[in-house]
Amino acid sequence: MSRISFRPSGLAGAVRDAVFYFMRIILNAESREASDGSTIAGLLRDLGIEPGRVAVEVNLSIIKRSDHASFHLKEGDTVEIVNFVEGG
Amino acid sequence: MEEQDMDDKLVIRGIEFRSRLWVGTGKYKDFEETRRAVEASGSDVVTVAVRRVNIVDRKSGNLLDFIDPKKYKILPNTAGCYTVEDALRYSRLAREAGISDLIKLEVIGDEKTLFPDTWGLLKATEILAKEGFIVLPYTNDDPIMAKRLENAGAAAVMPLAAPIGSGLGIRNPFNIRIILETVNLPVIVDAGVGTASDAAIAMELGCDAVLINTGIAGAKDPIAMAEAMKHAVIAGRLAYKAGRIPKKLYATASSPIEGML
Repeated sequence: MSRISFRPSGLAGAVRDAVFYFMRIILNAESREASDGSTIAGLLRDLGIEPGRVAVEVNLSIIKRSDHASFHLKEGDTVEIVNFVEGG
Repeated sequence: MEEQDMDDKLVIRGIEFRSRLWVGTGKYKDFEETRRAVEASGSDVVTVAVRRVNIVDRKSGNLLDFIDPKKYKILPNTAGCYTVEDALRYSRLAREAGISDLIKLEVIGDEKTLFPDTWGLLKATEILAKEGFIVLPYTNDDPIMAKRLENAGAAAVMPLAAPIGSGLGIRNPFNIRIILETVNLPVIVDAGVGTASDAAIAMELGCDAVLINTGIAGAKDPIAMAEAMKHAVIAGRLAYKAGRIPKKLYATASSPIEGML
């Protein structure tokens, strides 16, 4: 896990430092950063993927669409996102 | 399909199919050509494969933007799977990504022939049928295996006409006939249909449907070939239902002898 902190210039008052944590996941066979604790719903949103047309697998288990919003990813998770493509 | 007898519908596990020609969506120039060919074929079933989403290029578009799942029945396949485990994994992902329990089950045995590994196919059929899938297995033109697949819970059998993409037509029409007599399931010829007459022969034998991909997509004019296949399937079905004349070695005159000078 890596820690990135910065001081948001436009914000005044109590919020002085914002700290964001990132984790590495393997997404469709490529190593990638995601915000720590991202849900699958959040990941799909970040990627611009319509959830209605894909299936998501985490560490070889399918995560049903109804669980996308509540399923939190962890450091090192292997995520596969598949959809339908041309085929015979 | 206004020309077709509307009562002559193919029904598999309660799902009604308007067309007896099923088409694949692989190997087209682009999605627009796919759309036009599918439309020209008059088919209401299209097969698709399950693959990773393109994460990098999100603008490349998706097949389902061109083939409306509300208009067509989407039949996912497990193409490219060489083991039971992979076939199960892809089937389950397909069900999650889609809207139905339909799966065109392929367990491939060999890269060169793409012949099915029927041992693995049988095992996968049994497991998936128990999980509630409507399993349509791509199999050999082997009546014994067809019967075993039926007993394992297959909803139809899909014997090959010839190797996938070969265009060789029906290599063993006699086996296809025996399969038709052996199983009490719809028989859908899958793979190897090269031109319209091949499709017509399959239907004349009494097959319930024909699935074609390369035969259409690989033609010089895929849109025209899609239409040719559509007519061939309709013609073959009508001829089967009409009952053909027996083949004889010698002639029988069509015109009367009586009244001749």
